[in-house]
This record gives sequence, structure tokens and C-alpha cells, in this order.
Amino acid sequence: MSQGSSEGSRSLHLSQLTKEFANFTAVKSLDLDVPHGSFFALLGPSGCGKTTTLRMVAGLETPTSGTIRIGDTDITYAKPYQRPVNTVFQSYALFPHLDIYENVAFGLRRRRSSEVHRQVNDMLALVELTSQARKKPAQLSGGQQQRVALARALINRPDVLLLDEPLGALDLKLRRAMQLELKRIQTEVGLTFIHVTHDQEEAMTMADTIAVMNAGVIEQMGAPNDLYENPKTTFVANFLGQSNLIAGKVLGPDGDFAKVNMHGVTVSIPTSRAHASGSDGWIGIRPEKVLIAGVGEEIDAPGNHLDGGIVTDVSFVGVSTQYMVRMPWGQELQVFEQNTGRRRLFAKGETVDLSWRPEYAFLLDASQDVNAGIEED
Amino acid sequence: MSPAARFFRWVKDHLVLVLGLLVLVYMFVPIAVVVLMSFNDPGKSKNVYAFRSFTWNNWLHPCHSAGMCHAVGVSVGIGVLATAAATAIGTMAAFGLVRHEFAGRSIANTVIFLPMASPEIVMGSSLLALFIAAHQGGHLGVWTIFIAHVMFCLSFVVVTVKARLSGLDDNLEQAAMDLYANERETFWRITFPLVLPGILGAALLSFSLSFDDFIITNLNAGQTTTFPMFVYGAAQRGVPMQVNVVGTVMFLIAITVVLGNTIYNRIQTKALATR
Repeated sequence: MSQGSSEGSRSLHLSQLTKEFANFTAVKSLDLDVPHGSFFALLGPSGCGKTTTLRMVAGLETPTSGTIRIGDTDITYAKPYQRPVNTVFQSYALFPHLDIYENVAFGLRRRRSSEVHRQVNDMLALVELTSQARKKPAQLSGGQQQRVALARALINRPDVLLLDEPLGALDLKLRRAMQLELKRIQTEVGLTFIHVTHDQEEAMTMADTIAVMNAGVIEQMGAPNDLYENPKTTFVANFLGQSNLIAGKVLGPDGDFAKVNMHGVTVSIPTSRAHASGSDGWIGIRPEKVLIAGVGEEIDAPGNHLDGGIVTDVSFVGVSTQYMVRMPWGQELQVFEQNTGRRRLFAKGETVDLSWRPEYAFLLDASQDVNAGIEED
Repeated sequence: MSPAARFFRWVKDHLVLVLGLLVLVYMFVPIAVVVLMSFNDPGKSKNVYAFRSFTWNNWLHPCHSAGMCHAVGVSVGIGVLATAAATAIGTMAAFGLVRHEFAGRSIANTVIFLPMASPEIVMGSSLLALFIAAHQGGHLGVWTIFIAHVMFCLSFVVVTVKARLSGLDDNLEQAAMDLYANERETFWRITFPLVLPGILGAALLSFSLSFDDFIITNLNAGQTTTFPMFVYGAAQRGVPMQVNVVGTVMFLIAITVVLGNTIYNRIQTKALATR
């Protein structure tokens, strides 16, 4: 469509985008810029507004207020068929009465494109479905249908490709394979992919930027490892992986670190990772960053040191061992230890010391709900 | 094991099959009789309900009996017109009822069922009362029958098309729009082909309802005679054998439509499997 135009003019901009339904607000004043060519993930629990946002970009939902632009073109109120955007639907939505070839050719034919035959064949080859061209969608497996849905959207070379939980219906093994496949195809075609998912692992595997959405707003946005290592809210800390969040009182700055009193122990946290505004805060540490040792044993990487923990639960997973350790102040902390074979297993009831490097901890505002973003399943 | 014991053993092992076959026999015996009687030569006998001897005559001279072919023509004509009208109106009504939220939608959905549920004799006589009240009592005929048939076919069409339409995934139309099809193209390329089997089913149902309706038709027919009315009238004196020919032809048409559809689907599936 707009091939040949400069990269910047095809990026997607949402500003102050709001969608209100009869009795709730699905999306609240959302601002978002997605540069052209990026693999962008909108991650959040169901009902967070991510799918509504996607549908507004596709033109399937009309925003209550705000604007959607691609480059300099305002498409806020354009019809779905008037925008250079294509969608891979969660249910695939393949046309059951058309064969695979015609499903893939549908967009090209509507736009009276030339060389339909060559383009469709190329696209079917890309998704490895050449031999299935004359079958009906119902005759294909879930994974194959998924690839048809992708091919049908991709063939139009849209400025923005929207993927609505595209792998949700696939089993775990196939999903892993398709994640890599999608990433490969995105790199190959160089289009903007916006991927909506509630699966944090999927988002982290594929996207170069993730926006974590909760209750209609973006909580935090950034590269997967930034979000994971330096979450700014309890929601992000809990939704993206797992976190131990421990109450603490901020004592004050000390160089590049903030000193925090954590139940009588003074711990330090890098100021770049301290996001508490008041004097109280949640000290956050990822379970795999916590080291465990017997009483008095030396710990590999000394840092903030806590003793008096009692192991209350041990689950041996194979690649790692997961411990629950009750601390003197009553809270149970999670510890994941890699099974390198160099360290012994600790038994239930054993007294242990815990430690972590100061640079791995983060500090969140105490006003936030400590359980936000924990998924109950 | 004695043959009888073996037989009972087989029946016991295939009980469901046996019962199913018995039900089929029960359903098809009357049709078999009609087919058989279409080859009957009653000669001078007054008893036209007993098979006397075989003949092709009934098939070779289907219009031998005065008035019968005319009655068939009237019935087919009314059937085709009523089907076309009822299918068109009913399909649009079904789209409205499924696709649009409006005040009174659930009431409309219930009301549309009522003609199916009410006794034909009530509908027929009230319709006649209406025609007379509208000073059309002297003009009863093909057009009043047509109006009556459209009326009772409508609910069947609405129900059939609605069922098909409700089963249609909204995402398909959204996907078509997403793939650059405007509203018109979306309707003709996606919605209509997917609802078409429901519309065709509704049309077939309408035609057969219209073709064999007696009660409502008889009340509103005036001087016009449809095929069911002809048969009813003839039955008092002895039905002409050609009636069985018409019955057999109707049955053959119905079975061709049903089997043709099944065979077509089979061939398509097989062709795909071997590709």
C-alpha cells in the first residue's frame, strides 16, 4: 500500500484513546507509539482492554474519544476495509466455504491486485501450505489453520499486522514452534506486528517491546528484560514472572543506592530501581535471584544477608528446585535454585540463610496492592 | 443351534439396527403403496384401492383425469409464488431479528412462532373472516390462497434462516471487512453464501407446506381447486390412479434433492481426499 514511503511515516500512533462501554471503561486515555517494523506485544490479563485497543486499531470498534494515526494519516473513524491494517483473529475466522487458496487470495482480490496467483503461491510456500491449497479450512489441523490465518493477513503487506491471541488455541508444543515461526516471519517481512496476549512467556519470547496493560491503562512499557528486571509497579512485578515483595521503610539515599529497613535488616537498592515515592515501600526480588545456604555456610554472591529462615516447602522440578522459606517476620519467600549439581538440596524444616545481590532488588510504592497481577488459576 | 435360535440371537445382537429398520418400514410403507398403485389398472372395478393388474397407462396419460392436471398446475404455481415471497420476506425478517437490537425483539421472536403453533383451522377460518370483512368474499381464489400460504410459510422460513444465521460466526464478516471487502462485498461473498443452505432449506420446506396444505386453502379458495382439494373431492367417488403418479413424482423429486445434495458432498470430500 504505502510501500516506498519512509519508515517513520508508517508507524502507529494512538493518542488519548478511550473506549467506554455502557457500564465500564475498557480503555482509558491510552497513548502509544509503535515504530514501524517492531514486534510489539500488548500484555495483560483478560478484561484489561488489550483486545479492545486492538479492535479499535483494526476499525472493528469505534473509539469514544482520542485518535489513531498511521504516519500522518488519521484512521480513527476509517472503515476496517479502508485502513492498511490486517488482523489475525483469535478464532482464525477462516471462510469455511472457500478453500485455502481463496482464503489467502481474498484480500488481494478485493483490492483488484495484479499477480494474485504468484503472490498467493509465494505466501503459501512461506507458511508451508502449498500442498493444502485446495482444501477447505475444516480439513486442516489447528496449527495449519493458524498459518492460513497468518498468510491471509500477511499477503496484504499491511502497515500494521494485528495478532489477537493467535496461538491461544494451540497445544503447548505447537505454540512454542509457532512462536519461533512468527518471529522468523516478522523478521523476514519487516512489518509492524502488534501481538495481544495474556501469556507473559509468549510476549517475552517474541516481542521487542512489551506494554503491560491493566484496567484500561498501560502500566509499563519497555524491552522484555527491562520490564522483568526493573518493574515499576507491583502489577508488573507479579504479572511478569513471580516476585517476592517484602514491606520495608526507606531510610535514605547512600550514593547510587537507597537504604531500606526490611524488618530490622538494612538492604540497599539501586536508585534506578527504586520507584517508591513515600517512606514506605515494597522491596522486590525475583525468586531466582535469591541464594540459599545452610546456617553459617558461605554464599557465592554476598549481598543483603538474611538469616533465620526455615524451609517450609521443597519442590524438585528437575532443572531447578523451588523452596518456600519462612522468614522470622512470618512471610514466606520463594527461592528458585538452578540444579547445577554443585549444591546440596535443603530439607523441609531446615534453618537457612538467604542472600541476594543489591543490584537485583527493586523498590515499589507501598500504596500499591501487593497481590496485584497474581493470576489465580 | 437351530435356524430360529440363530435368528433370534442375531436380532438380539442387532437390536438397535432391527428397531431402526422397523421404523423405516413403518414410515415408507405408505409411499411404497402409492408407487405401486401408480401402476394399477382398476379396469371397470369401483374399488380403486385394490391392486388389480399392472399397467403403464397411468404414467403414459397422467392428465387423463379431467381437472387433475389443472389442479396440480394451480398448486405448483401457488407453491412457487408463495415460496418466493415467503422466503424473501422471511429471510429479511430473520436478518433483522438476529442482527439488530431493537425494542421488542424478544416479543417479536415469540410472536413469529405463533402461526406455527396455532391450529390451521383457526388460522384458516379467521383469515376467511378477514377476507369477507374486507369485502373480498366474492374474490376468493388464487390470490387469497397465495396470501394465506405466504402467511403460514413465513414463520417456518424465519425460524430456519434464523437458526443458520445465529450459528454464523460474527468474526467471519469482520475478517472480510478487515480484508478490504466493503459492506456489499462482505454480504455477497461471505454472509449470503454461508446462509444460503438455510435459505434453500426454508424454500423447500415452504414449497412442500404450500403444495399440500388443505385446511387453510379449502377455506379461502373460492372456486379454485388445488391438488389437495382435488384429491379430497375425488376420494368420495374413487381417486383416479393418476393421483398416485403425481404422488410418486413428488416423492422422486424430494428424494433426488436430498440424495443429490448428499452425493455432491461425498464427491467433493472424496475429490479433496485424493488430491
